[in-house]
Amino acid sequence: MPALNDNQNNMKSSYDKASGEPNALLELGGISKAFPGILANDAIDLRVMPGEIHGLVGENGAGKSTLVKIIYGLLRPDQGTIKWEGDAVSIFGPSQARSLGIGMVFQHFSLFEALTVMENIALAIDEKWKTQELRSRIDEVSRNFGLSIEIDRYVHSLSVGERQRVEIVRCLLQSPKLLILDEPTSVLTPQEAESLFETLNILSKRGCAILYISHKLHEIKKICHAATILRAGRVVANCDPSKEPIKKMAELLVGSQLPEINRGRLTAHGVERIHIDNLNYTSKDPFSVKLKNISFTVRGGEILGIAGVAGNGQTELMSVLSGEVKDLDDPSIIKFNNQIVTSKGAAERRLLGAGFVPEQRQGHSAVTEMSLIENVLLTALKTCDLEKSGFIDQAKARSFAESIISNFDVRTTGVQAETGSLSGGNLQKFIVGRELLQQPSILIIEQPTWGVDVGAAIILRRALLDLAKSGAAVIIISQDLDEIFEVCNKIAVMADGMISILGDIAAVSMEEIGVLMGGQRYEH
Amino acid sequence: MDLVAIVLTIITASTPLLLAATGELITEKSGVLNLGVEGMMLIGAITAFATTTITNSAVLGVLAGAAAGTSMACVFGILVLIFLANQVATGLALTIFGIGLSALVGTGFVGIALEPLPKLDLGPISAVPVIGQILLGQDFLVYLSFFMVVLVAYFLSKTRLGLILRAVGESHDSAHALGYPVLLVRFLAILFGGFMCGLAGSYLSLAYTPLWAENMTAGRGWIAVALVVFGTWRAGRVALGAYLFGAITILQLHVQGWGLEIASQFMSMLPYLATIVVLVIISRDGAKIRLNAPQSIGKAFTPSR
Amino acid sequence: MFTLERRVEQSKSWLVFSPIMAIALTILSGIIIFSVLDKDPWMSLYTFFIQPLTTGFGFTELIVKATPLILIGVGLSIGFKANVWNIGAEGQFTMGAIAGGGTALFLNTQESFLVLPAVLLMGIFGGIVWGMIPAFLKTKFNANEILTSLMLSYVALLILSYLVHGPWRDPGGYNFPESEIFSDFAMLPILLEGTRLNLGTVFALLSVLIIYILLSRTVLGYQFKVVGLAPAAAKHAGFDRAKLIWLSMIISGGLAGLAGISEVSGTIGQLLPSVSPGYGFTAIIVAFLGRLNPVGVLFAGLIMALTYIGGENAQIEIGLPAAVTGLFQGIILFYLLACDVLARYRLRYKPFLKARDRE
Repeated sequence: MPALNDNQNNMKSSYDKASGEPNALLELGGISKAFPGILANDAIDLRVMPGEIHGLVGENGAGKSTLVKIIYGLLRPDQGTIKWEGDAVSIFGPSQARSLGIGMVFQHFSLFEALTVMENIALAIDEKWKTQELRSRIDEVSRNFGLSIEIDRYVHSLSVGERQRVEIVRCLLQSPKLLILDEPTSVLTPQEAESLFETLNILSKRGCAILYISHKLHEIKKICHAATILRAGRVVANCDPSKEPIKKMAELLVGSQLPEINRGRLTAHGVERIHIDNLNYTSKDPFSVKLKNISFTVRGGEILGIAGVAGNGQTELMSVLSGEVKDLDDPSIIKFNNQIVTSKGAAERRLLGAGFVPEQRQGHSAVTEMSLIENVLLTALKTCDLEKSGFIDQAKARSFAESIISNFDVRTTGVQAETGSLSGGNLQKFIVGRELLQQPSILIIEQPTWGVDVGAAIILRRALLDLAKSGAAVIIISQDLDEIFEVCNKIAVMADGMISILGDIAAVSMEEIGVLMGGQRYEH
Repeated sequence: MDLVAIVLTIITASTPLLLAATGELITEKSGVLNLGVEGMMLIGAITAFATTTITNSAVLGVLAGAAAGTSMACVFGILVLIFLANQVATGLALTIFGIGLSALVGTGFVGIALEPLPKLDLGPISAVPVIGQILLGQDFLVYLSFFMVVLVAYFLSKTRLGLILRAVGESHDSAHALGYPVLLVRFLAILFGGFMCGLAGSYLSLAYTPLWAENMTAGRGWIAVALVVFGTWRAGRVALGAYLFGAITILQLHVQGWGLEIASQFMSMLPYLATIVVLVIISRDGAKIRLNAPQSIGKAFTPSR
Repeated sequence: MFTLERRVEQSKSWLVFSPIMAIALTILSGIIIFSVLDKDPWMSLYTFFIQPLTTGFGFTELIVKATPLILIGVGLSIGFKANVWNIGAEGQFTMGAIAGGGTALFLNTQESFLVLPAVLLMGIFGGIVWGMIPAFLKTKFNANEILTSLMLSYVALLILSYLVHGPWRDPGGYNFPESEIFSDFAMLPILLEGTRLNLGTVFALLSVLIIYILLSRTVLGYQFKVVGLAPAAAKHAGFDRAKLIWLSMIISGGLAGLAGISEVSGTIGQLLPSVSPGYGFTAIIVAFLGRLNPVGVLFAGLIMALTYIGGENAQIEIGLPAAVTGLFQGIILFYLLACDVLARYRLRYKPFLKARDRE
């Protein structure tokens, strides 16, 4: 018996052995990890059996990422024990984790854009390989699992799906016993997700355990043999997802009854507010996506959801629509409220009634080092008359910030607080609140609830619906299909810098969307 | 003046730039911008000069110069990696400090002249016209500079450690996630940069003009920083740039010999103006910079949750 | 094992305290340096930092030396806030001296009260032009302003050298590389008889006031801050980055030029091969030490000026090398940068095992 174990866990595992259960591959006992101001993991127990696909479920901020970083050796727990194949271990770093047989596919990939696929793979392998041997090994693995990759390409030229394949192949090369995947389908089309599930099933059948992290319960239900649900850093339940109804799991996840968003009926008010005609844009940045022949219109009262896998031109589209980028290729035309704004800047577009919320909050839609009052000035300066002949109207800016806080339930110490001190959800409520209080007739928002807790997400989605009901035209660019189906009444799909308009959301099939997201034409 | 002599002087003028720029290249490839090259060179120069004067050994002098450059870099490394100080400001501080400290130490050494570093002498072989004269009659720091460029080029493109260094400079978050010690890699890269700047300074005060003068680098450290951009972070091109600038420096010395009536001040401006021109030509192509520059350069690294 | 733990909000009190701590540490280091140089440390500290201030004249000299530092430092802090790294203030200072001084020489026989305004305006203009070149190269070609502005400093110093050795050399000056002495009409009025305190100091105080208002109250000042802290957010807001780069270079160049012409037509009275003991570089430290805040710069300018006159005094009184001044200036900046970490992070003691968690 290893001497370093703490008593409680020792007793627990010997109990397990006594009851004749097979040895777990990985067994965490009482793992705790604190960060300044937050207990990210609070006495977490977790057992993963060999060959098992184990779901780790929880909201943003529930402590999933911290836990897997501990397993992969990137963080060390404050307390608790880790047992690997029955023996207590301390994992001092990723390379030790890999030598034990743990592989990890990160949510925001750990790839290097300016390096080739081959170099990226070599970086993650601890043994010395001859280049030729490594090549044939990569070939073998990618054929075995149906994960085709091109070894000599630069990573920046790969699609997000291809990048994920590189990450997975990179892990599989070392024949792991446990593969950790962090939100793997958030960057995949539904079809790509299906083929990932097949790969995972093959792996599981060959005895490789999988720790599958997700907040999408239908996926957990579909592929996992067991699931652990985390909330606020604690394990709230262990269950067999194939037997548990999704609604039950969802309530465990959130910790309360799920409020529903009543979408009601959205009716187009007939006024054409956004008109995009033949939009083309080639950035000077060689790593970015070209926008090609984009045309669509959005009327007042409509919410258009633009679905698509990350990295297909969404960021570029957002910067073009918001006026951050103005050097479009001819003959692009953007009209807001019947005015041509193609060569107008962001501030001018706001004066015409538009509001924008880009995906990145820290440092893009807000300056984290500045106070809430100062952040109000960022977009409301001209539209709300916070400027008096070159000087800032401090009093007005303060009351504006105060009304955002009270109207949108922003939890903060006050309007003088540094914006960076707000949690993800509160920051996004503040940002969206800032745009909504300017009463825009056009709102273009990217990933509105990304990284936001469920409570805040509901407030945000309701606010977007209310805005559309009041006659504004809204565009939501999102990678979260569930969100689009929940809020939008029209849908379009973005792939490889192009947009296909599908129209009424009630009339489209999931299959059609998936095919389009993969960049193919869909034949009816 | 014959061509061989000109080539010889060009090599002499280029060597300090080459040594310093090669060091800065490695530092920048790891994702750190050290603007203290000028200061590290000055400290290297005075330390090498003082040591050589006192011990009468040029080898000891060069070693001491390199060590002094390295310890300056060590201070820089601690400030930017551990204290997370702004890299631009810290680099400037290093230069200002280097100018002050070298001037202070140097007050006792003004006016002393040393024998220049001994040149390789293979007798008749070194006297073979052109090739022998140019390639076989240099001092050891020149040969070291050749060697270091080749070594650095090989290191960056062919070795695993070089790959790790590039990975750290490209994305410190990804490198950390794979388990590479980002701060250690960067610290070593900074130290190497300081080591090379120390050598460059030693060359200035022991071989180029074997005497000490306050602020004797005269902006060469800054030109070396510009050369790394000019070479789009590739060792071969950085070397090419160093020789180009050496040639420009030498040109100004010869123009007057050719009977052109240009005030010496205007000739002295040439390297500085050339630096500006070169920066403009390279920087205007944003895509090229984007593809070659280490992406996390200048950004502080703190491991996230 | 001590670790650094990120504060949720930047500590305001540390921002004020850290320069004070840096100065204290510099003085402590001074004791060591003086001992190494074989001087009595207490005596040296006294001669360096206190004795110069014991006379009224010494006090006005402090202000005379602080004037260019404050003028330049205030201008630089705008640029540094906006992440525009103009480190060529020495060149803009020199160009101000050349353009203004050249005007003074050109009008040297004119007896008009319009001479001085012309001289000052040309001085400011000279600094602005020299600051606009890096702005142009940055906005048009994306060339790094750190390197271009610095290279232009060397060029400006060489131009000055050429002028005083050549075309502008005083024919009656025994072949010394100096220009003629400026006429009284080109000189800044002295504020206090018997001292060198001149109108330049009033310019410095005015610049502190104006830039303070600009940064704290105006939309333009807000834009400088945003573009420096978060360039993407500035883009999102629709601020014109190129315009802000131009403006910050024009303001800092113009103020450096004003400092340059104030120095030659207020303190020196003619053009010399060297018109600055490195004011343009020292002002970089002044800007940081003053927290890029104009009022802070005012105090920092006085402190750095003290290192100049303290250095001179110590050289005369106890034979300390003049280079000690430069050394102190470098050290103070090092300490400041090191102390600043505590504004964003707090030092915390953790048992070793846990401390390794965050590496």
